[in-house]
Amino acid sequence: MADQPTATERFVQGILPENPVYRQLLGLCSTLAVTNGLKPALTMAGAVGFVLLSANVIISLIRNLLKPHLRIVVFTLIIAAFVTMVDRFLAAYMYSMSKALGPYIPLIIVNCIIICRCEVCASRQSVFTAAADAVGQTAGFALALVSIAAVRELLGTGALAGVRVLPAAWPDWVVMVLPPGAFLTFGLLLALVNWVAARRGGGG
Amino acid sequence: MGYAVDIFLIAVSAALINNFVLYYFVGICPFIGVSRRVEMALGMGGAVTFVISIASFLSWTITTLVLMPGAPLTRWAAGFFLPPEAAAAVDLTILTYIVYIFVIASSVQFVEMYVRRFYPPLYKSFGVFLPLITTNCAILFACLVIMGHVVGVENPAEAWDLGKALTLGFFGGVGFTIAIVIMAGIREELELCDVPEPFKGAAITLIIGGILAMAFMGFTGVDSGLRAALGGG
Repeated sequence: MADQPTATERFVQGILPENPVYRQLLGLCSTLAVTNGLKPALTMAGAVGFVLLSANVIISLIRNLLKPHLRIVVFTLIIAAFVTMVDRFLAAYMYSMSKALGPYIPLIIVNCIIICRCEVCASRQSVFTAAADAVGQTAGFALALVSIAAVRELLGTGALAGVRVLPAAWPDWVVMVLPPGAFLTFGLLLALVNWVAARRGGGG
Repeated sequence: MGYAVDIFLIAVSAALINNFVLYYFVGICPFIGVSRRVEMALGMGGAVTFVISIASFLSWTITTLVLMPGAPLTRWAAGFFLPPEAAAAVDLTILTYIVYIFVIASSVQFVEMYVRRFYPPLYKSFGVFLPLITTNCAILFACLVIMGHVVGVENPAEAWDLGKALTLGFFGGVGFTIAIVIMAGIREELELCDVPEPFKGAAITLIIGGILAMAFMGFTGVDSGLRAALGGG
């Protein structure tokens, strides 16, 4: 295990160099669907963070018991259990947000970020490293969601997190909060990230 | 008459108006990944439509018979060790997600084995895509939509029956196929174009997806117009 990244490396890599959304193109369903405002984006990032952290810790604890051909099934069932908890929690304490996010909370189960992190990191490394990895990836995911959501909400409604910041003369570009805006904003931001990465020689 | 109109509207709505990919953003991963060639896109679309129909059938059946409050099988099983009124109140909906993902994963496995054994040509054309489908959100999404129309519906007469559930699943898959095939057609032409370096790959695909989504927004409101024209409830 000498060549495995340490906890700190895992944490740092998750935020920018291996950002789950911009660099690995994982978890795009939720990325596109919940970024019509900052609040749903942050809620989604929190939900994914909780599930990712819990699943990574549990899988790292049982990693010596996993049989190779059954591991994906085990991952999925553990994730589904935690997603059920998040779903019930949101329905109990943040009912309107739970309604607004609708099916995208249960769809965290098939979010590739979590299965990918379980496979790449948690099933091979210690609990502490797996937890650091989960926190780093969550930070990267939240960063990506917030950047997309900020652009869409600002241009689409002239507000940030529900507070109006642009002058009333701003003609709201409603299309930005509708589905096409998600594709366009994410496509343009992705190109921007690629451009910056190429200029800094980070490959891309 | 009213029932036929309902089925027709569910089909049009799932395939075009609220297209799974371009409106609900489910199934984006294959939309970006497997949309390079039209034949590949057709294979993927066929595989998804096939599995999504089976998963809709299974999820509707399991929800109605086992998971929803007062479901017959659960009541019968719980009746062995609970008094009748407590057995009727057993509610297993908290297990929904775990059961669905299990059903999807195992049905994908079975479909793959079955197709490989009995339809080798079909397996050649879309068999390679089957394992990928387990983590395709479109399938779980269809199951969840069906659940939303079966469990917790205020008026029992409005709960979906098996026909409506299957229609949603099948035409959701058709809508996915339409979107991914259009995308593949555009991307084949795109290979001849001079795309700026940072846009190569996923970025330009997403922007094309945005333009397609805008085109599909043209269908908004078609369902209420159709309902009025057909005179359905």
